[in-house]
Order: sequence, then C-alpha cells, then structure tokens
Amino acid sequence: MSRPYYRPMPGTWWLTNRAYFLFMVRELTSVFIAIYLVLLLILINRIAAGPDAYRAYVTLLASPGMLAFHLIALAGALYHSITWFSLAPRGLAVRLGERRVPDAIIAGSNFAAWVVATLVIAWIVL
Amino acid sequence: MADQTITLEIFRYRAEQDSEPTFQRYDVPYRDDWVVLDAINYIKDRLDGTLSYRWSCRMGVCGSCGMMINGVPKLSCAAFLKEYFPNPIRVEPLANFPVERDLVIVMDDFIEKLGHVKPWLIREDMPPLEQGEFRQTPAQLDVYKQFSMCINCMLCYAACPVYGLEPAFLGPAAIALAQRYNLDSRDQGNAQRQAVLTSEDGIWDCTLVGECTVVCPAHVDPAGAIQRAKVTATVNWYRDVLLPWGKR
Repeated sequence: MSRPYYRPMPGTWWLTNRAYFLFMVRELTSVFIAIYLVLLLILINRIAAGPDAYRAYVTLLASPGMLAFHLIALAGALYHSITWFSLAPRGLAVRLGERRVPDAIIAGSNFAAWVVATLVIAWIVL
Repeated sequence: MADQTITLEIFRYRAEQDSEPTFQRYDVPYRDDWVVLDAINYIKDRLDGTLSYRWSCRMGVCGSCGMMINGVPKLSCAAFLKEYFPNPIRVEPLANFPVERDLVIVMDDFIEKLGHVKPWLIREDMPPLEQGEFRQTPAQLDVYKQFSMCINCMLCYAACPVYGLEPAFLGPAAIALAQRYNLDSRDQGNAQRQAVLTSEDGIWDCTLVGECTVVCPAHVDPAGAIQRAKVTATVNWYRDVLLPWGKR
C-alpha cells in the first residue's frame, strides 16, 4: 500500500534562491507604486478643493518622510520597469517573414517607448 | 586521486518503516568524469541496494532522473561531481511532488495535466489518406520546434513556486506542450485548448518567476510559451469584445 510523503513548502521559499528573491522584490515594488498612486489621487482631490488645500498638501509632500518614500517608490518603479521590459521578449515572438525579430530589438523598443512616454509627460508637467 | 571520495547526503523515505524522511550519508569514490547518477548507481550496486530512484538513458534524453541536487532541480545524469567536489552533495526527490519512496516522486498529477491540453494534432477535417501527408515548410516547423523538445522530466514543475503553492496550476511543461500544438500549422485545435489554458488554473496563474526556463535541460523555454499564450489569449479577448461580429 502506497503512502506518499508530502513535503510542505516553507514560508521562506523565496529566500532559498536568488531568482525567487529578485522576483519577490519586483512583486513588492507594486505596493510602493500603489501607495504612490493613492498619493497622486489625493493630490488631484486637493487641487479640486482649492488653493489652500493644495498648498497644505504640497507642504506635507515636501516633508522628509514623504521625500524618502518617493525616493524608495522611484527606485522600486525603475527596478520593476527595467526587469519587466527585459522580460518582454519572452512574451513577444514577432516574426518578419521567416525570421524571428531578435530579443534585443523587442526589449529595446519597449525601453524606447518608455523613454518617449517619459519625455512627453515631462514636457506636459514641467 | 584514486582514493578520493565525495559524500552524498541522500533523502530516504520508506513508507513501510519511516513516518518522516531522513538523510543518509554515503561516501563514494570521486571521479571527475562521474555524474551524480553514476555515484547513486555505485551506491545501489555496492553500498545499499535498498535505495530507490528512477533512471534510464543516462544521457539527458529520457527525462527520468530529475532530482533536487543541492536544492536545484537537475537531471542527475547531467550534474557532474566535479561541480561540487570536495563539498558534500545533497540529493532529494524533485520538489513540489509527493514522495513515493526515497528519490521516487508521484508523477500522476503531471501525467494527468499533460492529457488535459490535448497534446495531439486536432483537425476539423480529416482528409483521406490517399491525399497524402500534411506538409510543412522548415519555417512552419521552426515556429513550434523549440516547444516540441520537452522530455517530460518535470524539472520545471520542481522549479515553479506557483505550482508548489497552487498544485492545481496546469504548470510549465503542459502549457508549453499546448503551445507546441497551437503553433503547429497542421493543427486546428486552438479553440479546444484555449478553454483549458485560460481556465482558473491555466496560464493566468503564472506570475513569471522564470525559473522553469532556467532549469529546462531541453531549452524549451516554458516561461516564454506561457507568456506567449497570455498574449494570444488577450488579443483574442479584445477581438471578441471589440469586434463581436467578427469570427476568428
């Protein structure tokens, strides 16, 4: 009679392998990006509430804690974007005629689109 | 050189006598042209005939001898002792699977999942044999060939934390195999497989950890297959929503 043994997966599985760890870091950056988006929505709400409310909120955003948070969120967003765009060739197998477009071009076009989008937003905001 | 030895710490579990698995240490002769499977065969032949494990071709073709070697899923026939010497080598059964005995895992779940994706050519029309074979150009073969190289060794399942945490997940090799047929110019079974691929336990469970592709000994790139299946499913969904009158 067979009695198989089931090995439970430890909660620390993502610490056992560098690739698992880097993956979990990328997942974790989403939390910071989500908090950043909430702060952005509050900003829009404060603008609608009038100049005084807006100025008070901007003062709050300039506090050291908020600046530190934004630096962490920026680092997280950069890490997430760079590692994610580098994975783009995995999902996109574009064929031109009989040849498959090289991975570097697929990833490169994603990075190029990112730079263009950043420049457009910077041009509108600044 | 001739007298050097290397230690293997091997996972032992015998259901009839052990309630918990243990590790047993064996000292085997060290040879720089030996792989872990050679060392285990030496143990079986000379030291301890009770050790159970699977193996067959000892040349990376059959996919039978997958084991966790120092925590990494590998074919034991392709893991050279010299990569680890002089440190001991810890050998365990493939992760994420139940253990039947020692290094032998229960693979029923995997075999069942392979069948779910209908891994054969599906035709809406089956022309009579007299019309000859289905012809295919080298370019058409090239589209799916990589995904057809899978040897069903299950290393990708052992490397996949999603499968470890969500055993219902269809998993890397089965999805890669589905892609192998979906991308075949002779096949017309896309719609049938799509239901399985886009089900709750299908492609959307994958979070792209990517280790399945790293450990694959046949360079199948299951992670790539899954992401491409996601792109196809997404394009089809938008097509259905935006162009409901159009037929795919």
